[in-house]
Amino acid sequence: MTATEPHQNQVKVHTRITPPRKWIPINIGEIWEYRELLLSFTLRDIKVRYKQTALGFLWALIQPLFIMLIFTIFFGRLAKIPSDGIPYPLFVLAALLPWTLFAEGITRSTASMITNANIMTKVYFPRLIMPVSGVLSPLVDFCVAFFLLVIMMAYFGFIPTINIIFLPLFIVLALATSLGIGLWLSALNVKFRDFQYTIPFMIQLGLFASPVVYPSSLIPESLRFLYGLNPMAGVIEGFRWALLGTEMPGAMILVSVIVVLVALVSGAFYFRRMEQQYADVV
Amino acid sequence: MWCEMGSDNIAISVKGLGKKYFIGGPKEKYHTFRDAIVNSVKSPFGRFSATESPQEFWALKDVSFDVEHGEVVGIIGRNGAGKSTLLKILSRITTPTEGSVDLYGRVGSLLEVGTGFHPELTGRENIYLSGSILGMKRREIDAKLDDIVKFSEIEKFLDTPVKRFSSGMYVRLAFAVAAHMDTEILLVDEVLAVGDAQFQKKCMGKMEDVAAKEGRTVLFVSHNMGAIARLCQRSIWIKNGQIGINDETKITVTAYLNENIAEDIQDIITFQNNSKLPFFIREVALIDENNVSSRHYYINSKIFIDIEYVVRETISQSFLIFAISREGIKIFQSHDTDLNPQLIATRQPGIYRARVQLPQKLLASGKYQLSVRAAIGPNGEFGYDSHDDILNFYIDDIDDETMFKGYRKDRNTLIISEISWQTKKIKP
Repeated sequence: MTATEPHQNQVKVHTRITPPRKWIPINIGEIWEYRELLLSFTLRDIKVRYKQTALGFLWALIQPLFIMLIFTIFFGRLAKIPSDGIPYPLFVLAALLPWTLFAEGITRSTASMITNANIMTKVYFPRLIMPVSGVLSPLVDFCVAFFLLVIMMAYFGFIPTINIIFLPLFIVLALATSLGIGLWLSALNVKFRDFQYTIPFMIQLGLFASPVVYPSSLIPESLRFLYGLNPMAGVIEGFRWALLGTEMPGAMILVSVIVVLVALVSGAFYFRRMEQQYADVV
Repeated sequence: MWCEMGSDNIAISVKGLGKKYFIGGPKEKYHTFRDAIVNSVKSPFGRFSATESPQEFWALKDVSFDVEHGEVVGIIGRNGAGKSTLLKILSRITTPTEGSVDLYGRVGSLLEVGTGFHPELTGRENIYLSGSILGMKRREIDAKLDDIVKFSEIEKFLDTPVKRFSSGMYVRLAFAVAAHMDTEILLVDEVLAVGDAQFQKKCMGKMEDVAAKEGRTVLFVSHNMGAIARLCQRSIWIKNGQIGINDETKITVTAYLNENIAEDIQDIITFQNNSKLPFFIREVALIDENNVSSRHYYINSKIFIDIEYVVRETISQSFLIFAISREGIKIFQSHDTDLNPQLIATRQPGIYRARVQLPQKLLASGKYQLSVRAAIGPNGEFGYDSHDDILNFYIDDIDDETMFKGYRKDRNTLIISEISWQTKKIKP
């Protein structure tokens, strides 16, 4: 649609506006231009999230704590689901962290395209900024909840192994998964509002389709790489490996990474296509 | 980049621009995923079925013009003529269907005041947020923060959430942020009509600075012919999606106003009111001293304005307003509450007819436009039913009587006031 490049004879930026084309790649340079806006939107969502609540950021602690307790009682104590020799609360919490990061990311990025419609129909910026900030803003909750994990690890006397240096990679993979799916859902949701209703439902299903309350070692060894088609399976087992020293999820991670890359690239193209007719459709 | 001869000074170049919308038909239906699936299955039949084909509507067609650096160009036209579509394409909010636009310089667009304001954030936080949405860098906002705060007059409330602001404060802050954008090209859509009269004057002054002193390129869409005439050297009249006239502002505005006058032949204007407002206008007419509706008067005629209005529920702080303008400049305004302040306190449900007489010998000869408005809230904050320039009327003088008068027709004055001159001889 547009290209921003320096004009030959003048220092002034030149913008050319033409009718939309069907498939165009993401303009990474333009996103970089708008990095401050990305930061502003992300900060806005973080600041606004716990405004006028009595407990504020404690909520980011309370939610995982209670889910952990409930899962421990029902799945750990009553159903006696194995946990690879890790105390069950710790086992579940190490999975809840990336899972919540992912689930919040797709929820917020999908909603962002609609809740910010009043801005996006009045001002131009690369629309991609919106879902990206939706994926990034849950990072703050993640950091708060990470404290809880540190406390729990200390309580159970777990010393992280050297594997912990790989943790940032798995956080990035969780964000990339969230963005890949978030791009598809947010673009589809602009046209078909059905998707905002399916998300809570898909997240609930996804929780049980991912190794949150059970270990992926329950899945037969030969099928485990197929399990990696659910990219969150790779992310979650990666988290456990990096933090708690469980078995290393080899091929599964590889499959997950490939799936995420496919989702990201295809999502980016689909999103760009929607972006051009956004104002006429939303 | 390809560069045309002599185009070095061009800031905006629009070539053959067109925008097509589909109205009616299945495309306009609310989309659900199921519809899409069903339609894709039915499509072989749908294509041939005449009843389902959506209608094409060209909001803009074959629009071409250039704007040079430093020019301030007005865009005028009726509602729905395509002005806003043009601005939306230029600000890259929507894409054109055909044609192209080249913009040389950073572009800032101001289609609404307060874009991106968040009620929960403080004034300061909103300055940064709104500023960055409008394309300013953090460093720029840091540098301008003091100016913005000073301009908006909200110093004391800078760290208060804007949801606690009065509507006036909110609008002032929003305009202040927008007014401090310093892009080379500025696209402005009728945002001047904000705040109270004093602030509007300040906004106008700021716009004049932007236009005249700062040497920036401005495209200014407005219905306010006075503002257009003051700010823009050149104006473009968009008529049914195409360029009607692209010429000096005086020529464009005169042609635009004349056409609107030619189109209007009714003496009594009745409004189809679908408004949900509790207070709205049904009918407006100009009545002469024989109780007959008319639009032609002499300077000493008795002129009455009849306004029929509806009050649906008990309301307070409501105002029935008329204003008279000439050549786009509002010269007179009156509220029915001016001498009846009890109407501000409450208005009971019912249908009313208000009659007001214009002072005799007030308006000099010329063509005038009447605007009426039913507003709730001192500045219409809680809704208004507004009809601008809906009725044109003519005032003439009788040549013999005004032969030697100061307000004779060809002296082109706006108002008449026969004032007494005190003269005494100070030297024999």
